[in-house]
Order: sequence, then C-alpha cells, then structure tokens
Amino acid sequence: MSSYSKPDMTSRVQNILPKIVLSPSLFLILIFVYGFILFSAALSFTDSRILPSYDFVGFSNYIKLFGLRHWSIALTNLFIFGALYIVICTCIGLSLAIFLDQKIRGEGFLRPIYLYPMALSFIVTGTAWKWFLDPGIGLEHTMHQLGWESFEFNWIKDRNMAIYTVVIAAVWQTSGFVMSMFLAGLRGIDNQLLKAAQIDGASNFNLYRRIIIPQLRPAFLSAFVILSHLAIKSYDLIVALTNGGPGRATEVPSTFMYSYTFARNQMGIGASSAVIMLLTIASVIVPYLYAELKENKNG
Amino acid sequence: MASITQDTAINTGRITRALIYLFLFLFALYYLLPFGIMVLNSVKPLDEILSGNMVAFPDRWTIEPWLKAWSTAQVGIEPTGLAPYFWNSIKVVIPAVIISTLLGAFNGYILTKWRFKGDTILFGLMLFSCFIPFQIVLIPMARILGITGLAGSTSGLIFVHIVYGIGFTTLYFRNYYKAIPNELIMAAQIDGAGFFRIFYRIMLPVSGPIIVVCVIWQFTNIWNDFLFGASFTDFDSQPMTVALNNLVSSSTGVKEYNVHFAGAIIAALPTLLVYVLAGRYFVRGLMAGSVKG
Repeated sequence: MSSYSKPDMTSRVQNILPKIVLSPSLFLILIFVYGFILFSAALSFTDSRILPSYDFVGFSNYIKLFGLRHWSIALTNLFIFGALYIVICTCIGLSLAIFLDQKIRGEGFLRPIYLYPMALSFIVTGTAWKWFLDPGIGLEHTMHQLGWESFEFNWIKDRNMAIYTVVIAAVWQTSGFVMSMFLAGLRGIDNQLLKAAQIDGASNFNLYRRIIIPQLRPAFLSAFVILSHLAIKSYDLIVALTNGGPGRATEVPSTFMYSYTFARNQMGIGASSAVIMLLTIASVIVPYLYAELKENKNG
Repeated sequence: MASITQDTAINTGRITRALIYLFLFLFALYYLLPFGIMVLNSVKPLDEILSGNMVAFPDRWTIEPWLKAWSTAQVGIEPTGLAPYFWNSIKVVIPAVIISTLLGAFNGYILTKWRFKGDTILFGLMLFSCFIPFQIVLIPMARILGITGLAGSTSGLIFVHIVYGIGFTTLYFRNYYKAIPNELIMAAQIDGAGFFRIFYRIMLPVSGPIIVVCVIWQFTNIWNDFLFGASFTDFDSQPMTVALNNLVSSSTGVKEYNVHFAGAIIAALPTLLVYVLAGRYFVRGLMAGSVKG
C-alpha cells in the first residue's frame, strides 16, 4: 500500500516528497542521538580529561571505573533504589487500581489526586520532600511540637538510610502513574469470565490471583520497562533531595557521570560510566521495543 | 466502547468496603500532604515555620514570600528573584514545543501513510532515542553547542529539546494516524491531492486530540527538564528548574523556607495548571508513551 505511482513527473515528486520532509528529523536523530552515542563510546576508550583527546587507551577507563569505590557505591545505590522503587510502585499502583475498580464513589475525584505529582518537576518534589524529611524542621520537628517527644525520623541525614528517602520521594511521584496503567488494564478485561468464575464460587482472592492479575501481564511489562528506565535516568530528584549526600551515600550512576565529567575533569571515565548506563537501559528497552514493533507489523 | 464502563468489582461485605475506602483515603492524603503543606507554609512568616509545626495554620498570613521568590530573592549572585528564569523557561518551551510537535506530525503522517521499505527500522531508531540516558549525549552536545556559539543561550536549549523530543512526538502522531483509513488517502490521491494537501485537508482537521496530548507532554517534559538546563545554560539563560535548585540549595545566609516553597510552587504552577485544565489528555499522553500500539 506504499506506492500509488503513476509514471509522470508530479507523481515522482510526490514520491520523493515524504522522504524529503522526513529527512531533517532523521538527520537530527542520526547525528545527535546515534552519532553522539558513538562519539561518547569512542571517548570512553581515550584518555580524555578536561577536553576530548584521541589517544586510545583500550579498556583502561572501564577497568579504572570498576575499581572506584565511588562507582561501586553508585551501582549499589542504583540497585537498591531501582529494585525498591519498581517493586513498591508496582504494589501501590496495583492495589490502588484494584481498589479504585470496586465501583468507588468519588473515583473521579481520587484519581487526579493520585496522579498529580507526575505533573511536577523532580526539583519541586525534591524541594518538598527535603524539607518534609528534615528532622530539624519537618516531620520529626512537628511530631515533637505536637508532643510526641521520642519520635525519630532522620533518614535523610543518615548515611545508611538516605537512599531510602530517595525511594520515598520517587514512589510518591510516580506510583499514581503506575496506578493509571493498571487501571486501564483492569478496565480492558472481559468481565464475562469473571462473572462465570464468581458463579462457580471462586473466592475473591482466587479470582484476582488466578484470573485478573494474570490478564494484566502487558500492564506489568509496561510498568516494569517504564519504571526501570526512569530509575536508571533519575538525576534531578537526587540532586534536589540529597545532592548525592550525606557524603556519597546517595550517589547513583547519573550523578557520578556528571561529577566525573564536569567537576573532576575525568571525561574518559565519565564517558565510560555513561556507556554502562546506556547498555543497562538498552538491555531492558531494546527487547521490549523489538517485540512491540514486530507485533505491530503483523497486526 | 462498552468495555470502558466494565469493572472487575467483586462482591464484598460492608467492612471490607469501609477498609477499601480508608485505604484509598489514606493514599489520597499521602499524595496531597507534602505539596499541601508546602503551600500552607509558603504563606507563613519564617519565624512561625522555625518555631511552630508544619501542619499549623499561620497566625499571620503573608504573601511576602511569594513576592520575594518572584522578584527579589537571591538566585545565584544577583537578587533578581525567579521571574527572569520563569521567562527563560517560557522562551524555551514555546518554540521547542511547537517545532517538535510539527515535526512529529509530519513524521507520523509519513510513517503511516507514505510507507517505504525500512520505515519500521527508522521508527524503531526514533523510538529508542526517547529512552536513552541523556548522559550519553552530554559531552558531545556540550562540544557542539560550544563550537556553534549556542552554549549558554536559550536558543541552544531550544535546539536540544527539539532534537530529543522528536522521538516522542513522532510516536504519538504515528499511533494516532495509523487509525485513519488508508482508503481515505487513496481517494484523495485519485482526486489529485498531493502530499501536503492531504496533510492539511484530511489529517490535520482530525488531529485535534493528539495535538493536545503531544503539546501537553512536550510542555510538561521541557518545563520540568533539569539536566539539559543545568548542562547547557549560564546564569542568564537558566530555566526555572535550575534557578529553583540554586535558590533552594544556596548555602549563604538564613534558609528562607517560605520563600523556597513559594518558588517551588511557582515552578510547578504552569504544569499543574495544564494538568488541572486538561488532565484527561495528560493521562492519555502518559499512556501512549508507555504502551506502543
């Protein structure tokens, strides 16, 4: 259905025209996305410091990178943050969606409340939570003022706990979005099957476990892909909430890359950390996109 | 569609239902509290914040923090308030949204109605560009902007947002235009309509909803961007998010929490406003971004 060509001049122009109109976008994407990826990848094999250099040093940046304590902290933090963020967002999102789907009065009022944080900038979210969690002025201080003297919540100042405050704020921002993905999934389920199972006397719990939740597979998959890519890309929230601190307690690869490249002038190592980030995201996204586009072609 | 109104409601007792309502209500509080308390404290004098508790209503209501955040607060080195940076963001957002949406509309039209060999691969390449960690392009982009003299300017930032917005805008329009029957295009061609005429006469008139979705998505994303703003601008061209972060995290002097809150709310207002006015489209955009059809 692609060509409707008649062998005359105007139709030949008409056939080239789409490609001409598409070409600026294509050019921009090829140069500024894929060309730049290649450029950064090349830099990761050089001894670039404050400026790009073209002396190739093989894998030595990668070897240095994985020898750095700073980087291993960043990776561990990303793992803790990413795992908790994905699991908690999915649990909250799914529970809210299931409960909202029980013919709830005021659903139209509740849904926007759950989702509005998604419209905010992570810097705004970080500002709000930084203060909320600050023991000197926020929640802890307020509890003391209200008479609960022994109340203690100083995770944001605690090296071992600070990464969990990032989880709290990030979950606050995106769990409502996950809820709306699951809700859309639930509303798409054919309820004939449910009614039949109910008549057969299946318990509510079994109904969900055996019939409803398995049908939400596509929603689970999308949620996982979106959340994992958001987790790896998280940068603003950490800058605004903890700025990597206290100490290096909340450093993640994105903040590591920025500080090594632009503050410490170790561009080669910065570039290699960016390549690792890209490969991690690609390992999740590429199979997903491939499956989606293939399905698309057949359908 | 009938399936929209279907629900999976189960038969439950009154106690279970009460618990469900309680659960939903508590979560509504969880989402509302941090922002709500921030609003409450932005109209409180600083000494009341420091001495009192955060959930108390102000004894003395004041809009002073808002005025200060907007026009006199110390952002970076100069006491300019956030106003100039707010306008910087506006100056970046408007052209970047318009141009990336326009490109997306044409790309979507071509990728669905003027298909050619290899178009799915091209679309895949565009789509993947939505998901890359932008750290991978920071170094070369900083170089290019430096060489072309666009570094530290709003024009440079506009360009960056257009480039990295194309993937999403193309995705939106492609998925939307796929539903328009090809027969309509063929009929128009038989009538002698060409590439642009078909776009203006057939595609554009039905594109209202997807344009709204796309504009909202791009607006929200670009307004909320921090990484590009922090990397490619200088003091004069910083967008709102970067200026807000500077205001909040500056270590000199007394921390004026109420001014910080007012600033944060000002930074959030445009996207919140869009969300309140067009929430339905906002949700559709989010969903379309996650579920490729």
